[in-house]
Amino acid sequence: MTWTDLQSALGEHGYVASGDLSVALHLALTLERPLLLEGAAGVGKTEVARTLSLAQNTKLIRLQCYEGLDASQSIYEWNYQRQLLTIRSAAEDGQTGKSVEDRIFTREFLLERPLLAAITQDQSPVLLIDEIDRADEEFEAYLLEVLSDYQISVPELGTITASSKPIVILTSNVTRDLSDALRRRCLYTYVEYPDRVTELAILKARCPEVEARLAQQIIGFVQKLRQEELEKTPGIAEMLDFAAALMGLGIADLTDDPAILQSTLTTLLKTQSDQAQITAEVAARIAGKAA
Amino acid sequence: MSRVTRFAAGDPGPAARVAGFIAHLRENGLRLGVAEAKLSLNALANVNAALPDDCRRVLRAVCTGCKEEAERFDALFDSFWMDAGRVKQRVIPKPHVALNDDVHSTRDGTGQDTSASGTSTAPDTGDGEAESEGTGKLIATEQRNLSRRDLRDLVRADEIAEAEAVARRIGATLRDRRSRRRIAARKGDRLHFRKTIRRSLSTGGEPLHLLHKRRPDRERKIVALCDVSGSMSVYAQVFLAFLAGLMRAEKNADAYLFHTRLVRITEALRDKDTMRAIERMSLMADGFGGGSKIGPSLKRFAESYAKRFVDGRSVVLILSDGCDTEPPEHLGSALEKLKKRGCKIIWLNPLKGWRDYAPIAGGMAAALPHLDLFAAANTLDDLAALETELVRL
Repeated sequence: MTWTDLQSALGEHGYVASGDLSVALHLALTLERPLLLEGAAGVGKTEVARTLSLAQNTKLIRLQCYEGLDASQSIYEWNYQRQLLTIRSAAEDGQTGKSVEDRIFTREFLLERPLLAAITQDQSPVLLIDEIDRADEEFEAYLLEVLSDYQISVPELGTITASSKPIVILTSNVTRDLSDALRRRCLYTYVEYPDRVTELAILKARCPEVEARLAQQIIGFVQKLRQEELEKTPGIAEMLDFAAALMGLGIADLTDDPAILQSTLTTLLKTQSDQAQITAEVAARIAGKAA
Repeated sequence: MSRVTRFAAGDPGPAARVAGFIAHLRENGLRLGVAEAKLSLNALANVNAALPDDCRRVLRAVCTGCKEEAERFDALFDSFWMDAGRVKQRVIPKPHVALNDDVHSTRDGTGQDTSASGTSTAPDTGDGEAESEGTGKLIATEQRNLSRRDLRDLVRADEIAEAEAVARRIGATLRDRRSRRRIAARKGDRLHFRKTIRRSLSTGGEPLHLLHKRRPDRERKIVALCDVSGSMSVYAQVFLAFLAGLMRAEKNADAYLFHTRLVRITEALRDKDTMRAIERMSLMADGFGGGSKIGPSLKRFAESYAKRFVDGRSVVLILSDGCDTEPPEHLGSALEKLKKRGCKIIWLNPLKGWRDYAPIAGGMAAALPHLDLFAAANTLDDLAALETELVRL
């Protein structure tokens, strides 16, 4: 398979990937390396992992990172309640000591969290480690073992090695610098906002019922809007919501009614100051230019 | 005609060329090792390496690690592979041109003779409010002071002891309570199941000893940057004593001085003998009382030391009046960069204590959006009073 095949496979599932991204994904698949995707929120980083799992026909295992995420939430945890119950019932049967210990520290009592689940699948899953920049630096260190050797050490059980190497995709919104050690282990791609042609293709793939003329207007409007100084630049998901809202309201031309246009902007502008900045007049002006 | 570089006939082949390219990237500041060269070759084997665009994409995915590198990559790639047979030349100059580090230079980097501009400005030479009225605007000087002021005249040992007590209190206040992870502890708010079960095995499964865990109290690393330019000289006494005290009180604190240059004084201040520490500092702080280049100094800091010493648990303390000779954009972008490391930034400005002070000095205005706390501090008492504010960070 070449990278263009991958690109068209993603396209079949409604994801329009740029050349850079397709090549990087292709390399991640063939070289079995994790891929780090950085970019602003809403450029389709998470979505590409989901689509890749569809295109490869494998499972998607997602680990959403947050401040304070730790090993027991991301790798494994012993099922303590069950262990306690087993110890109790074993005691009633007259068993003690070593035999009980051997029993309660087995895979049966291990709760799999996403990272462990990802390396114990029969078929390589797509492991999405989402928003890694939200987790703290200690967590990055946990990841290193998993990402470089695809193995996890459980002191009571020994080392669990991957039965099939997962396809790892990490995403980051660049809210803080990631450690060099993590970057070194990953392939890297910075995902930009799509250009006009690409975004039009995305809209056509996702909302085929939008008329060509309106589609042009929507993309023109959103692209112009991104050039304004906004607190939160609208992403692709917002653009699709915007298109859906216009379709729902049965609007055929953006320049028709400034009031309705303004009311649909709630799908694009997500902070109070942004909404205050893009007034009905400004929106109408942008729409006029875009048309 | 193809733009692709023609290599000499005796060239040992593609592997050597890729190795050469990696070396070329390394020369231009990308951090790449042998492993990346190997990975690049493996990666190129997976695409049609005869197509320049595919190679570019492959090598970009493998060799870059952050947005800045990805942006520079195209130029670097072109200069190596696409120079149409010409001799390779470096397209990007090495980045260290901004600051002149020559301690014994008699002239500033901008070539201005220090004797030429005579607008040295201590903020309050007159008494009363005549000069401090209005918006408290000061003129920053670009001049670099050559006379080596002896800081021992400024800082006394007993003040350092006092400052040490203040710094210790501030350090204790700045505990990071954000951790959600828990560690085993004698007294804790939750049961440590793992340990409890382990222990219970020795008592036949009966959990007699309950072991606990709690959120660890993490220390914050204080990184202090002190402005010792001319306009700050009247406050230097307090701040330098504070820095010296801070170094003694906090094991992992870090201290820097800046005027037209940035100097790390952590090691010097750790000297056990207080007065010798001050002496070493005054040797390093050559140029004390001269001009102020806050923006470039902070930028330098954000690009060099901060990468090693500043992380999400750091508190960056900037002691400066914000009177900068450089355009305010420098300061804004430097702080933005610093902020991205996840630290808290506190700016203590002695001028803020003035009546009617408004932060309109260009630099200060540019800095404000990036600050977590902007407070006044003229004396040690003021610094001590910050304690309550710092708790809220």
